[in-house]
Amino acid sequence: MSDNFLDVKNLKVHFPTDDGLVKSVDGLSFALDRGKTLGIVGESGSGKSVTSLSVLGLHKGGRAKISGEIWLDGEELVSATPEHVRRLRGKKMAMIFQDPLSAMHPYFTVGAQIIEAYRIHNKVTKKVARKHAADLLGRVGIPQPDRRVDSYPHEFSGGMRQRAMIAMALSCDPELLIADEPTTALDVTVQAQILDLMRDLQRDFNAALIIITHDLGVVAELSDDILVMYGGKAIEYGSAEDIFERPEHPYTWGLLGSMPRLDREPTERLLPIKGSPPSLINVPAGCAFHPRCAFEGRTGGKAGTEVPELAETEGGHLVRCHLPREERRAIWANEIKPNLESA
Amino acid sequence: MTAEPLLSVQGLEKHFPVTKGLLQRQVGAVKAVDGVSFDVFKGETLGLVGESGCGKTTTGRLITRLIEPTGGKVVFDGHDITHMSQGRIRPLRREMQMIFQDPYSSLNPRHTVGAIVGAPFKIQGVQTEHGIKKAVQDILALVGLNPEHYNRYPHEFSGGQRQRIGIARTLALKPKLIIADEPVSALDVSIQAQVVNLLEDLQSELDLTYVVIAHDLSVVRHISDRVAVMYLGKLVELADRKALYETPMHPYTNALLSAVPIPDPKRRQGRERIRLQGDVPSPLNPPPACRFHTRCWKAQEICKVEEPPLLQLAPGHQVACHFPENAPAAGGTAEGTTEAAAPAQT
Repeated sequence: MSDNFLDVKNLKVHFPTDDGLVKSVDGLSFALDRGKTLGIVGESGSGKSVTSLSVLGLHKGGRAKISGEIWLDGEELVSATPEHVRRLRGKKMAMIFQDPLSAMHPYFTVGAQIIEAYRIHNKVTKKVARKHAADLLGRVGIPQPDRRVDSYPHEFSGGMRQRAMIAMALSCDPELLIADEPTTALDVTVQAQILDLMRDLQRDFNAALIIITHDLGVVAELSDDILVMYGGKAIEYGSAEDIFERPEHPYTWGLLGSMPRLDREPTERLLPIKGSPPSLINVPAGCAFHPRCAFEGRTGGKAGTEVPELAETEGGHLVRCHLPREERRAIWANEIKPNLESA
Repeated sequence: MTAEPLLSVQGLEKHFPVTKGLLQRQVGAVKAVDGVSFDVFKGETLGLVGESGCGKTTTGRLITRLIEPTGGKVVFDGHDITHMSQGRIRPLRREMQMIFQDPYSSLNPRHTVGAIVGAPFKIQGVQTEHGIKKAVQDILALVGLNPEHYNRYPHEFSGGQRQRIGIARTLALKPKLIIADEPVSALDVSIQAQVVNLLEDLQSELDLTYVVIAHDLSVVRHISDRVAVMYLGKLVELADRKALYETPMHPYTNALLSAVPIPDPKRRQGRERIRLQGDVPSPLNPPPACRFHTRCWKAQEICKVEEPPLLQLAPGHQVACHFPENAPAAGGTAEGTTEAAAPAQT
């Protein structure tokens, strides 16, 4: 049992392949309460999407080897039967996918797809379900919902499709909502609309929301807590304020330095991270980030041999780094932060 | 900037015909680019931003003559290349190159890096002092790739490295102008920064002129000297970077800027936002007159009947709007009135 609404403990998702074992998620733990938002940030191949699919039980029965614990509202999901997880999916937890065009069936109307999910979990007539679907479409801001219920996905614009996806996910009042790159395929003005919508809906439905993205801007807009992933592991985990105000991991510094930002003077140069993200078949030994880390030399050679522990630095702010805490803080205050703010 | 522009685009148009039925009768046209004019000066970077479907990519392809314009003029380095024959334009292509968005589909998977980067020399029949291989290896080193990887295939490289290969290919013949269409949008954040820095370094080293087409306003702000904003095939605002981002005049520019998420949780509250309603209308059937009036919160009757011309309201700052914001109080033109003073002309 667990006190939190969602509690993931030491989750591992490994895929055996011909080339070797892919450790997509390797010992991940996090917790989330109702009404709160967790942002999971990482680059391609960091394991962020695999994490969300595992929570939903969508890797069950496949080739994936899953271990660890996922507690949702007092129920353990890793050891549960696929049939049991299937009954929770849609009702208790739901997902908003990145690309609404490929996540919806092109042969069925938007309404039919919402009605199908709703009637599986609720014993209602088609008429009631249809009314419910129209209400939801109206709720997510689709004009003339009574008519648009009968539209096909291709008749919707990108923004409207994403709204319809959200309506579909909300159809059974899920308590856990996972959004995987919900705005990446959208234009910036539409992205702003969708982010506003998700914020409003979360307040109204009091759901727990996990938002998965590579965009630190989107995360900052919505999240209470942030989990930064690299090479299948959490490397920093804390409140949004911890991550943006006093980040302690060199990778988080690198992400912040890589982004051109509108709220600051354009600096002469961006401060990128050298190299590229590792292949998950061949994760570097020791700290997975050490080949790209600018401060690797200050760890006394430990970086390449020992995997650092995810340790608390202060008040629930966890960091996985060999550098001593005082040194990390000094580097951030003296070497990183001034560069990010210079005019 | 009074010098002769390196690239001058005047009233550029591209209408794609829409056909129907067995006889392929033309029933309409998608006005992807509809009368766009701007100059690009030597050594500068012009950013071209807008949402999907605004015509920014088509503009880039028209400039490089990858597609034929239906109207207007493109003057490059003193030559009118709008309708130049393939034979005559070929020597000019050396001077004008393109970087594509997708580093996966823009490189031939069956060619080695050496063949890809060396192709421009062969096509153009350029003689190199120590052979093509040496020249290619020099360029690979220039863009931060290992020259030893000459014989490798694209699949052996990561996304960021492939984009470097694409950049190496464009640099092979030492062009003057590079059109970069979304050069970093397919890359991871940490890799984006590497490529942006590389583009900046190359510009100062090789004296390049860039037209950077992108949808990411933060990237464009970082890399550009001047920025042009497009909406549904039209240029709505063109200004130098500082003016555009600090005192945008067109409501659309303002809305775009306020929609960009700011990576700072403290700013979440209290930030004034402009939220546009709906999506960009279809370019097949764009709204009449000012194309933005259907989503604009300042729109009045005049916006629905009269198209606002692109006017210079401040030095180097052009806007196409009947009711511009941040305009100097004593506007130079009739339309250059401030918001408060603007009467509803019906």
